[in-house]
Amino acid sequence: MAKLGPSGYSPYPVAMYEDILTPPPGKALLFNEIVDEEIAMREAAKAMLTRENPTIFPGPQVLYAWNEEAKEKARLVRKIAETLGAKIIPMYDYRPKYPKIDPEKEINPNHPNLTIWHNNIKACIFIGVHCHYANVALKIIRAETDCFTIAMCGNAGHEDAMITLRDQHTEELEKFIRVAEEVKKELGK
Amino acid sequence: MQKTEQVQYNRAGQRIVSPDYLLFEAPREKQFMTGSEVVKEAVKRASVDASVSYPITPQSEAAHLIGELWVEGYVGVYFRGESEFGVMSEVAGCSMAGARTITTTSGPGTLRAMENFPMWAGSRLPIQLVLMARGVNAPLTIQPDNLEISFLLDTGCMIWHAETAQELFDMILAGFVVAEQPDVHVPVITAIDGFFISHTREAVMLPPDDIALPPYNPYKSPMVPLDMEMAPGRFLRDPYVMKSNYISYAAHTSWQFEVRAAIERSKPYAKHYLRGLIEEFGDPEAEIVFVASGTAAAQAKEATLMLLHDEGVKARVVRLKTIRPFPTKELIEALRGAKYVFVPEFNVIGWLEREVRRALYGNLDVPVIGSPRVAGGMTMPPEFIVKEILQFLGKEVKHVV
Repeated sequence: MAKLGPSGYSPYPVAMYEDILTPPPGKALLFNEIVDEEIAMREAAKAMLTRENPTIFPGPQVLYAWNEEAKEKARLVRKIAETLGAKIIPMYDYRPKYPKIDPEKEINPNHPNLTIWHNNIKACIFIGVHCHYANVALKIIRAETDCFTIAMCGNAGHEDAMITLRDQHTEELEKFIRVAEEVKKELGK
Repeated sequence: MQKTEQVQYNRAGQRIVSPDYLLFEAPREKQFMTGSEVVKEAVKRASVDASVSYPITPQSEAAHLIGELWVEGYVGVYFRGESEFGVMSEVAGCSMAGARTITTTSGPGTLRAMENFPMWAGSRLPIQLVLMARGVNAPLTIQPDNLEISFLLDTGCMIWHAETAQELFDMILAGFVVAEQPDVHVPVITAIDGFFISHTREAVMLPPDDIALPPYNPYKSPMVPLDMEMAPGRFLRDPYVMKSNYISYAAHTSWQFEVRAAIERSKPYAKHYLRGLIEEFGDPEAEIVFVASGTAAAQAKEATLMLLHDEGVKARVVRLKTIRPFPTKELIEALRGAKYVFVPEFNVIGWLEREVRRALYGNLDVPVIGSPRVAGGMTMPPEFIVKEILQFLGKEVKHVV
């Protein structure tokens, strides 16, 4: 069940409580620290490779073939999942779910904690989720679960994820795969 | 082969330039204008798509002048609402449809429209409201007073407070740029103290009127409409959010905090386009510090000079350009070494004093004196501020009024 977050039972927004903002261009955020992108990528890979039930939550921006970049990103997301040994649970739209949420098949931004609790997920990556919805979901997860959250965002990033990588396009995803392969080797996996 | 760059023009035939060029690099010429005229000049260079108006003193003239811009082809859509509530609802519709939208209001009109401001913020609409603040009380006044800013502080909108007509011009242009950033995307209220700025004429440096901001690109919105729904409408239709108290609080609270976090995320952009969130004036070593915004800051600056030249008392002013986001870090830093902090204000309740106390509590131990304070249309001559300081210091009050 829910664990009491740093701001009580309210979803925990670091921008409000700790004055942590999204990283500047070219940098990433590792908890409260602005770090080089590669350092954040290494820590993200490590978290996904060492925690229980690592899962990637891809959103509509990589699930649908809107354009060539989306198609290429979708292919790379599959490769990341293979490299990290991660499950994929999509956030394929943001529609209300009625009459029942199926936490094994999908995650919904309004109650992402249900999916995380049901599957006992201890590390996850958000990718391709529209920023407003990613921000809402990440706050709820941070406040109510002990899941380690990583955001790979095509825009400015999400300060409420434990690791946020900004401006992530195909080149950056390819770099993340390379970094993840290295970390995997170092961990003897 | 030589690369050619394509020059782009907006609907009015103005050349599109970058915000940095328009605000910082373009040559400027001196004009002598009222604050209302300055609103027109800023809107003229802002590639505005839509504006809705309703008359209320002292903003009526600014709204009227935006209407002239529509006649001249600079504004895409312009009409009069049936009331301030109608106006604020209608501009929300314009913004939801992807239009860069601006409107203006004052005093009681702000209160009449009040329900809409949290709705704008909650729907993440980057609307700009130029607030020409005026008294809200009985007996009825149309005089200067900025009480209504207090009511707006917690609506989830950014609030910037201009001191001069020049700053109002620059803030209107910067306001669109910051409000429309994908990681911000909340409304911006650019406030001035009515009459002091709206109806007085001062020298203003303006860039050419044949250049303009790049048009708003609604596809850069962080939450594009899907199935004709905008956030947070989709949340409301979720049966789990609506029926489960447990899930409901998490989703609703998360969204409330997300709106406030978006305001915090505006800080680096506002810092750039406003050249800092605060301005410091006077002797940096002075132990008497005024913290003020808007016209009260202008009066405090004059009082600072009088205190120094007439009385030999050193003082300084920390002027806040943004109230939301509140520049907490910058203020704490600027007040290190202060012995007394005075907060002069143009309203009866002292909303800025409350904000300053909250920011300093637990961070800096310095007495905050919520004074001098005027309301309901009174002006605040610098002599009045000087008298307050001299009395506080136990000094003789000589030639002040």
